Amino acid sequence: MQSTRTMELWVGVFVALGLGAMFLLALEVSGLAEFRDRPSYEVTAHFDNVGGLREKAPVNMAGVRVGQVKAIELDAQSYRARVVLGLDSRFDRIPADSTAAIYTSGLLGEQYVSLDPGWEEDYLAAGDQITSTQSAVVLERILGQFLYSLGDD
Amino acid sequence: MITAAFRNLGARTLAALGGVGRAHLLMFRLLAGLLRVLAQPRYIIQQLYAVGVLSLVIIVVSGLFVGMVLALQGYYTLVDFGAAESVGVLVALSLLRELGPVVTALLFAGRAGSSLTAEVGLMKATEQLSSMEMMAVDPELRVIAPRFLACVVAVPLLAGIFSLVGIYGGYLVSVGLIGLDGGAYWGNMQSAVSFSDDVLNGVIKSVVFGIVVGWIALYKGYEAVPTSEGVSRATTHGVVHASLAVLGLDFLLTALMFD
Repeated sequence: MQSTRTMELWVGVFVALGLGAMFLLALEVSGLAEFRDRPSYEVTAHFDNVGGLREKAPVNMAGVRVGQVKAIELDAQSYRARVVLGLDSRFDRIPADSTAAIYTSGLLGEQYVSLDPGWEEDYLAAGDQITSTQSAVVLERILGQFLYSLGDD
Repeated sequence: MITAAFRNLGARTLAALGGVGRAHLLMFRLLAGLLRVLAQPRYIIQQLYAVGVLSLVIIVVSGLFVGMVLALQGYYTLVDFGAAESVGVLVALSLLRELGPVVTALLFAGRAGSSLTAEVGLMKATEQLSSMEMMAVDPELRVIAPRFLACVVAVPLLAGIFSLVGIYGGYLVSVGLIGLDGGAYWGNMQSAVSFSDDVLNGVIKSVVFGIVVGWIALYKGYEAVPTSEGVSRATTHGVVHASLAVLGLDFLLTALMFD
């Protein structure tokens, strides 16, 4: 049997390792860190249909991740989806007339919000609203339009 | 003949129910004496060393290889769909939700649970437990309770280490070996894994598994027939029952937690 001191030392190391592992899992793996070290500002965008967009989905600009979806809720007045986008504070020079569109990455991938820059001199700031939006493509609706156009001929 | 068969069935059922009842009574007595045990953390630390620190090697090595295999298999499947970047998500969710808690508990039942059963069983066979009683020391509080508490503390910590090592093992394979983008590995993982749903539920699972494995292992040792054969049978039964309980409970907990 080892001396009590060595044993206590090893138990201390073990407990610290275990707690450290859980801490790292919380911060690095589950992305709690994003709230910790990356300041962001929130803008809203109204979409007719968000399709399968989910919270925490990435917000991209030119394919580069600039933020994530913070919340999705239904606007009770207009019956449109109100999407809150948390944009990384590093990207604070996004033109105010930029457009937001919901795309799907790949055939089976997740849906994400893509920002296309506009030409205005003003930049988006916290609380702003992106007015020009393009909804998610709903496959059923396209099929419906396609079948409808077939019927016209 | 038929009466004998029914009597046999009845006796077996009563013995099984009696075992379950005695196990619960043991648990109640442990809970009742909890404060007195916590007042002497020296014994718990001793046991934490035996069941926790000494299990680290097998947990770390298994975690590393499980993570690496997950990443490799996940990559082979996902690359057909052009979704190879999601391999980090697959590795992290599999480890945090299922494999981390479950494999840790199974390994723990084999590595630490069996030694606890054998130790307590041997203490009983060599009449150390009854001599303690003779000296007015409660063997349940002096022998069983610290070992039980050590299990409850050790399993979640080991499961956390297992999952973390596994995720880094997956990183080694998918980024180092296959050559995927490291940023995508972590980025996709972070956007898909939620702390409250995945990490916390995994921890809750492993606490439950720690309770169950420790409880079964110690009960089997405490109730062992005090012969060499009885102790060896108790050890085998302890590992088998603990593993089955972990797998069964895992299904229940998964059904409750992730809808």
